[in-house]
Amino acid sequence: MSETILNVEGLTVDIPLGSGTLHAVRGIDFALKRGETLCIVGESGSGKSLTSLAVMGLLGKRIQVGAAKLEFEGRDLRSLTPRQMQALRGDRMAMIFQEPMTSLNPAYTIGDQLCEALQLHRRVSKAEAMAQAADLLGKVGITAAESRLQQYPHQLSGGLRQRVMIAMALMCEPDLIIADEPTTALDVTIQAQILRLLADLKREMNLALILVTHDLGVVARIADKVAVMYAGEIVESGTAKAIFDAPSHPYTRGLLDCIPVPGKTKPGEPLGSIPGIVPSLVGDVAGCAFRSRCALANDACSETIPKRTASGEHMYRCVHETLISEVA
Amino acid sequence: MLAFALKRLGLAVLVTFTVSVISFSLLHLSGDPAAAIAGENATAADIAAINRQFGFDRPLTVQYTDWLWKALHGDFGESYYFKMPVADLISDRLSITMLLGVCSISFALLTAVPLGVAAAVRPNSLIDRTALFLSVAGQAMPSFWFGLIMIVVFSIKFRLLPPSGSETWRHFIMPTVVLGYYAMPAIMRLTRAGMLEVLNADYIRTARAKGAGAGRVLFKHALRNAIVPVVSLSAVQMGFMLGGSIVVEAIFALHGAGYLAWESISRHDLPTVQALILIFSCFYILFTLLSDLANAWLDPRIRVG
Repeated sequence: MSETILNVEGLTVDIPLGSGTLHAVRGIDFALKRGETLCIVGESGSGKSLTSLAVMGLLGKRIQVGAAKLEFEGRDLRSLTPRQMQALRGDRMAMIFQEPMTSLNPAYTIGDQLCEALQLHRRVSKAEAMAQAADLLGKVGITAAESRLQQYPHQLSGGLRQRVMIAMALMCEPDLIIADEPTTALDVTIQAQILRLLADLKREMNLALILVTHDLGVVARIADKVAVMYAGEIVESGTAKAIFDAPSHPYTRGLLDCIPVPGKTKPGEPLGSIPGIVPSLVGDVAGCAFRSRCALANDACSETIPKRTASGEHMYRCVHETLISEVA
Repeated sequence: MLAFALKRLGLAVLVTFTVSVISFSLLHLSGDPAAAIAGENATAADIAAINRQFGFDRPLTVQYTDWLWKALHGDFGESYYFKMPVADLISDRLSITMLLGVCSISFALLTAVPLGVAAAVRPNSLIDRTALFLSVAGQAMPSFWFGLIMIVVFSIKFRLLPPSGSETWRHFIMPTVVLGYYAMPAIMRLTRAGMLEVLNADYIRTARAKGAGAGRVLFKHALRNAIVPVVSLSAVQMGFMLGGSIVVEAIFALHGAGYLAWESISRHDLPTVQALILIFSCFYILFTLLSDLANAWLDPRIRVG
């Protein structure tokens, strides 16, 4: 149960642009054990999707990925050849994407695409692969699986397609699934179903799950651990309970203020919002990237920001040590 | 798929019928055919005799059904000018044009598609720039000029290929290259644009996330989706080639159907013109039908509702 699946230290993603280098992910650390769900939270452009693509090795050649440590099941991903990485992808680690409507190939049947995921990694016959595909479609809650296998993506609704994507990720029984905003493009009612499905599957198959999202409501329902990303850094991380009970970084507090709480938020009362926009990450970024939007900002925020421990695993990056007591 | 094919086939038959009506009536609208045959010094009695002989005095609907019935049986009447059955005249000439057309479109596809794919995989690379240069040159260079340059270089200077005639396969090399190069740029650009778009699609990322290798991603997942508009374009280009091969046929003295069309139009040889219009149109309709069927096979969104 306590086996570490993924261990990331000092992960950076740099995108060369004409006008300089965009430091999209700036040295982040996280680790994940079997059976755990890590939610990476942040707004658009915080680097959360790039982080997941970097772990999968799916970023283009133009984009530079660096890390002090990038270990998956004890293997150093940095030392693997592209072919070895390809063998891991879809087999030991799988990914689910944000857009179910466009993430399936329109030219092939659901069955063909599910089978391909298995046959790329295992020597199995088409019939065996089809049987496995039908079995998994049933598991992700698709009825009449046999006839669905013969259908094409355009004949399925968005919710069904996302279930197919999940089934495809499960074909090789991976140890790690990375889901990048899997419910963003879906109706609210379908969102809840898909989340419950992911949580159930994770428990049943005892796998590690990374869920990338901007929706704290999702996080509250499913996360064991949370990492809050802002401008390419993890500004706060810890167990879901710690983050929700004692948010220590001003940005996390801002995020939490943005969602209504039943019984606490009064009708007509405006929800919180964070003024300003995410700063540009082109060139060198010094100090706290959030300081331009932070109510607590002072001169110290331009200096090097210490990594503080609130309690146990609960870490945050802020110069303001007294924040927790202020809240309480 | 069967329902789709039958529907398309029905449409093709309807279009063919429409074309037959148009090609029949065009010639009757272009003046009195009897007067044209009789010549300038004919008397009214001569014209009346010709009208009777060729059946022009009958109602148009009767003439049409008679003409169509015979055409369906391969009888297009007798050429006024060549004094031989039109069917025999055309079948000789058509095989040359068809051979040239098939060779040229094959040449165009076999060069344009690989080039377009390679250019899309590495945009702005040397190969992309080379492909761009070739396509701009192909679009800018008139066929007659390119054909003449080929003759000067390969027939006169190096004496490698025969400059004219249609006796052996070597006679077809230069016409194929000239006519194929005319169709290549558009196909290449469309392949490149389609591949560039498809390679950025989400399902390509899905395929890579599954662990599919570069070749599999490129040819199984990307090309099949990118090639659909290219198939339609190729059918259109093939149609253009049938008619447009007239220039190439003239330069290389290939006596094909395109050349025959020009001859018979300038000589008011009505039965031949009628037959050629009908046959060219039928081929055009056939290519379109084939490309529709090919696309339906490639893209299930076309065939499955």
